[in-house]
Order: sequence, then C-alpha cells, then structure tokens
Amino acid sequence: MSAELPETAPVATEALPEAPRRGWRERAWRELRHIPPSALFGLAVILVYIVVATLAPLLAPYPETQLVGGPFEPWGEQFLLGTDQLGRDMLSRLIFGARNTIGIAILTTALAFLLGGLLGLMAAVLGGWTDQLMGRAIDVLMAIPQLIFALVLLSILGPSLINLVLIIAVLDSTRVFRLTRAVAMNVVVMDFVEAARLQGEGLLWVMTREVLPNILPPLVAEFGLRFCFVFLTISALSFLGLGIQPPTADWGSMVRENATLITYGDVTPLLPAGAIALLTVAVNFVVDWFLHKTSGLRDEH
Amino acid sequence: MTPIVKTALKRLGLGAITLLVVSVIISLFVALLPGDFAKAVLGQAATPETVAAFQREIGLDRSPVERYLEWIGGVVQGDFGQSYAGAGSLGGHRRDVADLIAPRLANTLILAGVTALVAVPLALALGLLAALHRNSIFDRAVNLITLTAISAPEFFLAYILMLFLAVRWPVFHALSSVSPDTSALEHLQRIALPALTLVLVIVAHMMRMTRAAIINLLASPYIEMARLKGLSPGRVITHHALANAWAPIANVIALNLAYLVVGVIVVEVVFAYPGIGQLMVDAVSKRDLPVVQGCALIFAATYILLNLGADIVAIVTNPRLLHPR
Repeated sequence: MSAELPETAPVATEALPEAPRRGWRERAWRELRHIPPSALFGLAVILVYIVVATLAPLLAPYPETQLVGGPFEPWGEQFLLGTDQLGRDMLSRLIFGARNTIGIAILTTALAFLLGGLLGLMAAVLGGWTDQLMGRAIDVLMAIPQLIFALVLLSILGPSLINLVLIIAVLDSTRVFRLTRAVAMNVVVMDFVEAARLQGEGLLWVMTREVLPNILPPLVAEFGLRFCFVFLTISALSFLGLGIQPPTADWGSMVRENATLITYGDVTPLLPAGAIALLTVAVNFVVDWFLHKTSGLRDEH
Repeated sequence: MTPIVKTALKRLGLGAITLLVVSVIISLFVALLPGDFAKAVLGQAATPETVAAFQREIGLDRSPVERYLEWIGGVVQGDFGQSYAGAGSLGGHRRDVADLIAPRLANTLILAGVTALVAVPLALALGLLAALHRNSIFDRAVNLITLTAISAPEFFLAYILMLFLAVRWPVFHALSSVSPDTSALEHLQRIALPALTLVLVIVAHMMRMTRAAIINLLASPYIEMARLKGLSPGRVITHHALANAWAPIANVIALNLAYLVVGVIVVEVVFAYPGIGQLMVDAVSKRDLPVVQGCALIFAATYILLNLGADIVAIVTNPRLLHPR
C-alpha cells in the first residue's frame, strides 16, 4: 500500500482538471517543444556522443592501437585528422576515445552513486550515532581537495585503471552521500515512512521503496553534475599521465601525447580537449534545464 | 566582543584538529602499500639487500603509530624527510624534501598571488553587476560564457591561449621556465599565460557564486523593506546589503582560492612552470612518497587555512554577534 504513495504523489500535482490521459509519446513531444535551445543543443550533443561511442568500431576508419602511418602526419586524404606521435590514426583514436573515456567516467559515477547513495540513505533512515559517525568521517574526507587525495593514493597504489576507478568513485561518493542524506532527511520524517516502519518493513525496503522514489529528481540532476566532475577529474589525471594508461585511446592522454604540436601552430591536440569540453558543456546545459523544471522555479520578471 | 572571540577561537581549534586528522590519514595511507613497492621504486636491478634496507628505511617494520609520530615530529620542525630518488644506487645522494619543496612553493605562491590579485576584484565587480541587472542581456551572456568556461578542462583553455597568444601571435612566452636568477619583471612576463588561464577559470567560478550570493541576499525581506521606504538603490546596497554580504563574499573568495590551489597543478604542467604542483605530479609518477606526502600536506594546509579564514571573516563581520544580548 504505502509503496504506491510515492508514485501517486508527483502525478497529483501535475494533473490539471482539463488534461485527459495522454500517451507518453504525446507527453514527451509536448515536453520537447518547450525545451530551451541550450538544453536542446545539449541533448543533441549527448545523443551524438552516445551513438559514436556505441558504434565506434563501425565508424572508425582504422583500428584503435595499430600503427598505420608515420608519426605526426598532417591532415589529408588518407588520415583525415593526421596521425599521432606514434603514427596511429587520430580520427580513429578520437572515436574510440569516446567509448573509453565516457564509459570509464559513467562506470565511476555509477559506483560513486551506489556507494554514496546507499550510505546516505542508511544514515538518514537509521539516524542516531550511525549518522553522526558517517557524517564526521565524510567531513574529514572532504577537508582536502579530491585531486590531492587522488594523487596521494595513486602514488601509493600505482596508476592502473582499476585503482583509478575505485579511488575516484570513493572520493566522489562523499558528495553523493551529503546530498542523498540531506534530501532523504526531509522524507524520513513523513508519515508514510513511519507507517512502513510500524508495519515492520526492513531497512532495505524503507530505503529503496519508501524514501528513494521521493528523492530521485535531485539525485538525477546530481548524477549529471557528478558525471561532469568525474569526467574532468579523470581527464585531468590522464592528461598528467597518471590516469588511463596507454595504449588505450583516451582524450586526456591524447592531449598530453600530442601537445608538442601546439608549439608548431597545429590545432590537432585541441580536438580531444574540445571533445571533453563540448560534452561537459552539453551535460551542464541539460542539467540546468532539468533542475529548473523539477524545482518548479519560474523566472520572475 | 567576547562571543566573537569565542566563536573564532572555536573555529581555529576545529581547523587545527582537521589538519591533524588529515596528516594522520596522509601518513597512514602508507599502510596500503603493495608488497612489490620497493621493487617498483628501486627498479628491477635492485639486489635483495638494497630492497631489504629500503623497506627497513621506509619503516615498514615499525608500527604505524611510531612511524607517524616520527614523521609529524620532523614536519613540525620543517623536516619532511628525504626523497626516494637515488635510494637504490649505492652511495646515492638523496635530497631533503624540504629543500625540494621550498623554491617550488615560492614559485607557486607567486603565480597564485598574481592570479588572485587580478581575478578577485574583477569577479566581484562582474558578479555584482550581473546580480543587479538580473535577467538582462548582459546577465544571460555572462551566464552562458562562464558556464562554458567552467565546463571546459583547464588544459583546453591553457592550450587555446598558448596557441593564439604565444604561437600564432607571439605576444607571450609559450613556456614559463624560470630560474632563481630570473628578474622579477621577466618572471611576471613568463607567467602571463598560466596566470591568464587561471584568471579565466577562477573569474567564471567566482562570478557565478558572487551573483548567486548577492541575489540570495537581495531577496531577503529587510532589503525589500529598505527599498519600499524609498531609499536610493545605492544606499540600499552600501548600507543595508553590504553589512550582511561580507560573509558570503569571503566564503566565495576562499572557496575559489582553494580551487586555485588545485587548478594550479594542471596549469603548471601545461606551461612547464617549476611550481609545487608539477613537483607533486612528477613525484607521483616516480612514486616518491616523502615528496608526495610533503606536497599533499602543504596543499591540504592551504585549503584548510583558506576555509578557516572565510569562517573567521564571516564571524567577525556578523552584525548579529556585535550586539550580544
């Protein structure tokens, strides 16, 4: 019974008297027409990136790590964007880079949400000393910059993909914990949660079936922002030579490997860097719009 | 004045405790060291004897508490231990971490200082303007530009600036190599591009936060009251809003200077500027732990101090604490 409540609550606020039930296609279409241009641009960019990442082997003219020409060949017929410092095709590596770089960032963000979200919900639902203890521990973890923490851990554990993903996920889960706990706190005091507790539902049920559905919108927006942050951190570490290791095609490392070209006035190294920037800008635009929509804020004039 | 002093002292104590806990964490991470660490640092050619001697020296045979006390005891006296570089070779000369860090730290402070000097007034002015002319064309344009600047990785901005301002039109130096005997003016010229990159990033962040803080403040009922009683907009800002604005503004400045502490790492690497950030990155790739720990402690201390400073400014300028009941 109580599990239905969360699902009916948002509908009740939206249901206008004259609005008949519409199919989801129609509703989606109505929604799409009211999107501001910046968010529309963001959505289009994200869609293109997803298509490129999933179809990478079909789109790329050459394999990811194969040497196909001399080093630093200029743009031309055979290699559209030239070759890199070892003679691998730049365009192909850009395309495969979409798959690797974005995939790793999404995986890391998902891990951070799993960890931070679970602990945050637990802290909010259990309260008391569990909450206090977790809160203090997270405070200390957040007292120094993430990049510094990540660098210390990487120097101890050594740079490898698994270490990178785990370190960034754990460090990032602190922010997720904070947000989840804060928004969940407003929900756990409600009567339906109390009712579920009195019914004797377990901790996991209360966390996932009662509280979670009610705090999803801010978490979804946060996922977008966290993704950007993780994506930029991993790119920065890769750029510093401490993140994703060669020969994997990755945008951050590609900038570093080909940076010398800049001093000859060549824009090629800016392409992977631009690819990173474009995606984060796009995600930010979409999150901006989503936050605006779900928070119910209207522009006052 | 007592409540102010009391609260400020409380914050100071909290900051000191945080720094202590952070130092414990930084040094205890060493317990996570994988077994093949000595080999990774010393190289494959190391003999079993040197490996054993090295492990004894890192202190893996002592208890973590003992190790920490020795390290922190040295740090308090300005001794951060010795670098691992050259630890494998017989009779190798090893350098003190403090000697490695000191000149680099000075360089980084110069870069960060120049950046802050330009960025802080610029960002505060722009943020205030955007907040006062909310939803105007200016506000929207600035919003779009700063959002883009924030989203781009620092090295993207850095390389764009390098390409256009140092290579295509050679106005500035592409690389910021400086040595102790570079003259002050020359030094400034050489750090122009990294400083400009950092200014762009910081201004974007700081401006957005200033705008949000001011808008938040202007929405409070007492400001509306002041407006409704017919005060001029200028007087509302200087006499009513500003008194309560110091705390959020100090917060914005501290947060962004703290951000600068981290942002400096990538920018230093791009422009090959011999600062502490580059030293740390080099040390991480060589897995030179004492240097990494020293740098991390300095970064962490700066970060905590900046946040503490903002807290104390907020306490000291809080009008409510000036008139205790």
